[in-house]
Amino acid sequence: MQIETQGRKARGRLSRDVMAKLGKTLEAYYDDVRKEGVPDRFKNLLKQLDERKDKDTG
Amino acid sequence: MTLTPSVREAMLAAVPSLRAFAISLSGNVDRADDLVQETLLRAMANIDSFQAGTNMSAWLFTILRNLFRSEYRKRRREVEDADGSYAETLKSHPEQHSRVEFEEFRVALSKLPPDQREALILVGASGFSYEEAASICDCAVGTIKSRVNRARVRLAELLSIDSVDEFGPDEPTRAILTAGGRG
Repeated sequence: MQIETQGRKARGRLSRDVMAKLGKTLEAYYDDVRKEGVPDRFKNLLKQLDERKDKDTG
Repeated sequence: MTLTPSVREAMLAAVPSLRAFAISLSGNVDRADDLVQETLLRAMANIDSFQAGTNMSAWLFTILRNLFRSEYRKRRREVEDADGSYAETLKSHPEQHSRVEFEEFRVALSKLPPDQREALILVGASGFSYEEAASICDCAVGTIKSRVNRARVRLAELLSIDSVDEFGPDEPTRAILTAGGRG
C-alpha cells in the first residue's frame, strides 16, 4: 500500500497508519483509567457537599 | 442553592474521564485524584456560574486544566526545575498509575511539553473537538491543531514508530498496538 511504504512522509508529518496506531494506544491508555469508574471518594465528596448546601440554604 | 440531581449526575458522570485526563497530565494517580477533588470543590463553589444546558464536562476540564497549570508552575518554581528533575520525579514516582504494558507510553507522554500533552489528550482521548479543546486551553483553534500535530510527531519519535511494519516499541507495547486495545 502506498501509505505503508511512505512511513513518515516528510519531516513533521506522519502517515495515516502511524497516526492511527498512536491514537489507539492513547485511547487504550486513557480508557484503562476511565474504566475504573467513580471512586467512592468522589461519590462521598459530592454527597457531603450537597448535604452541606442543603443545610446552608435551610 | 442546592445541586439539582441532574447537575450532580453530570458531575459524577464526568469523573472517570476527568481522572483519566488528570493522570495523563500528571502521570501520578495520587496527584491526579487530588486534582479531581480540588476541581469538584471549585465547581461546587462556583456552580452558580455554570450555565445550564452547556457542556458540564468541558467546564470541569477547564477548571482541572487551570488548576494543574498553576500547580505545575508553582512546583517548578519551588524545586527550581532547571534540569527537568521535577519532570523526572513525575516519571519515577512509585504511586504512578499504569500497568506495565502502558509504561513506555506513559513515559513518552511525560516527555512532551505540557501544552502539547494536554492538547493531544483532549482531542485524541477525551473526545473534545478542536474548538472545545481551544476553549478549554484558552487559545486559538489553529494553536491546538499545531500542538496536537507536534505532539504526535514527537510521540512517534519517542516510541520509534515509523510505519506499520517498522516500529520498535517493546513487546508489550507492540501487543497493544497490534491488538488495538488491551493486550
